[in-house]
Amino acid sequence: MAGTGSPLIAVENLERVYQMGEERVIALAGVTTAIEQGSFVAVMGPSGSGKSTFMNVLGCLDQPSAGSYRLKGVEVGRLPATELARTRNREIGFVFQQFNLLQRVDALGNVELPMLYAGLPKRERRARAEAALARVGLADRMRHLPLQLSGGQQQRVAIARALVNQPACLLADEPTGALDSRTSLDIMALFQALNREGVTVIVVTHEPDVAAFASRVIRFRDGKIVADSTQVPRDAAAALAEWAEAA
Amino acid sequence: MSFLDAILSSFAAIRAHALRSVLTMLGIVIGVAAVIAMVAVGNGARERVNAQIQSLGANLIIVIPGNITQGGARLGTGNASTLTDADAQALKAEIPAVQAAAPLVRGGVQAVYGSQNWATSAVGVDLDYFVARDWAVERGREFSEEETRRGGQVALIGQSVLRELFGGNDPVGAQIRVRNVPFEVIGVMSPKGQSMFGQDQDDVILLPLQTARQRVVGTNRAKNRSVNQIMVKIREGEDLSAAEEEMKRLLRQRHRLQDGRDDDFSLRNMAEIQATREESARTMAMLLLSVAAVSLVVGGIGIMNIMLVSVTERTKEIGLRMAVGARPLDVMGQFLIEATTIALIGGMIGIGIGIGIAIVTAMKAGWPLLIDPWVVVVAFVFSGLVGIVSGFYPAFRAARLDPVEALRAA
Repeated sequence: MAGTGSPLIAVENLERVYQMGEERVIALAGVTTAIEQGSFVAVMGPSGSGKSTFMNVLGCLDQPSAGSYRLKGVEVGRLPATELARTRNREIGFVFQQFNLLQRVDALGNVELPMLYAGLPKRERRARAEAALARVGLADRMRHLPLQLSGGQQQRVAIARALVNQPACLLADEPTGALDSRTSLDIMALFQALNREGVTVIVVTHEPDVAAFASRVIRFRDGKIVADSTQVPRDAAAALAEWAEAA
Repeated sequence: MSFLDAILSSFAAIRAHALRSVLTMLGIVIGVAAVIAMVAVGNGARERVNAQIQSLGANLIIVIPGNITQGGARLGTGNASTLTDADAQALKAEIPAVQAAAPLVRGGVQAVYGSQNWATSAVGVDLDYFVARDWAVERGREFSEEETRRGGQVALIGQSVLRELFGGNDPVGAQIRVRNVPFEVIGVMSPKGQSMFGQDQDDVILLPLQTARQRVVGTNRAKNRSVNQIMVKIREGEDLSAAEEEMKRLLRQRHRLQDGRDDDFSLRNMAEIQATREESARTMAMLLLSVAAVSLVVGGIGIMNIMLVSVTERTKEIGLRMAVGARPLDVMGQFLIEATTIALIGGMIGIGIGIGIAIVTAMKAGWPLLIDPWVVVVAFVFSGLVGIVSGFYPAFRAARLDPVEALRAA
């Protein structure tokens, strides 16, 4: 574990360059920042700004061309594929815009998936998956297939899946992009609740409405951080209550 | 991911595309079924050939007269009447390897009992015949020494003649007429079944050699010592071809054939017939084996094809699995196990169908069902190997996918 003072995530001069045929595409052009354990960060920027690449690198799906990425004080920017997979499995929980659930597997099975790759025994997988689904409010939907669930419920299953290995941080890429406003509020309230329990949450979004729920906003443009500010987050639970009153 | 979990998840994937999976298996199914059926049919056929050779009499060499030239026309083998009972006696007396030498004459006859009549063949034999052919009397008694030598008017009948002439009645002691010559039936031979040439070996009336030659089938008065063939049984453990050589030398000498002249007889060795049979069975087996091999290769290509499609279709799933912690090796294992599972299920279905074919063939052809468990094991293992080999490349491709790209896939 990282000692106090050492941030959860520390990146220095992070660069990511793609070779697309003849053209060199610079997705990240020297990014330096740190994210503390327990924070709720929104990463914003127009498309092509490098925020998704930043997210992929943080999630160990992609590796930097240059610079350093330390997760919990460990340099992970140069790890071999197998170690990267291990890091994703143990330290990162992904939430995607399109949920990315396995369609032929029920909610429990989907949540068990990361533990399958962690090599946990069936009994423990089952118990932890049930607990995670209960935590996201789906205790009564465990045996449902994704197609039998609403979009919001599917995203909750995905969040349970992301949480189940107790990762260092949750990485959410446009988590409300496929949901209506009401359900989006629901999901953001869940993120805030998880954050209050100590889970580090990083949300990539281009919607200011979504970023409003974070306590820190990092803005990207042309592969660089152009703004980094803290704010008082809007309370999603309260917003939800207002909504209910209005209806 | 544990092995068991991987297998369970591969079953789920296969079930998700049931029809496609079954079609993919087809090549393997056909290949394995062909192997199983082929080996069983081959074994059954060989067993039957062996049984037929056994029924003819083991270690048997048949001497038949050679061809003769008569007025410029060469008549076919077996037409000369150069063999005599004396030849048979000499073979037995002078060659130690010969256990029995049975001269025999044979002819088609009409046999009559009461109001029944039946066309069959009459064979004139001496006592060596029963030894040479390993043929025992089932009911009644054999000919006596006296009857063979003196030409008694007694007959032994085969099972088919018993059925046709007597129905269910006891024939022993009954009078039958063979070519209008009366004979007393003294016994019934045990059943022999079909010969390997498809003849009914039980459709026969055995008569003492002398009687048969003089009163029933013998027509050539001038050569009334001649016989149609001599069945020679070689003692167990003796070298058949060596005995054959000795017999040839003796017969040439007895027939006063000078060096350079053709034999006026020929020898038929059952072992040769058996070898020919086995050779053709082997050719058949090789043919089926190549069908099986082609089918397995095609089946393997089919599996590879479908697995490639499956990897492409499930690119996003692969990306997701990688995102939640699947190592390249896990992804590789998943697709390899899936390909192998498909192949093994195909193998099992093939084994089932192959055994089914073997059972049906054995029943229809009336030979014993011989399924070698080793062949089943080998066929199963081999279908698994086909799965591994054909699944390898698609699995490798899946494992090499870039997670970011894979997640972006539609």
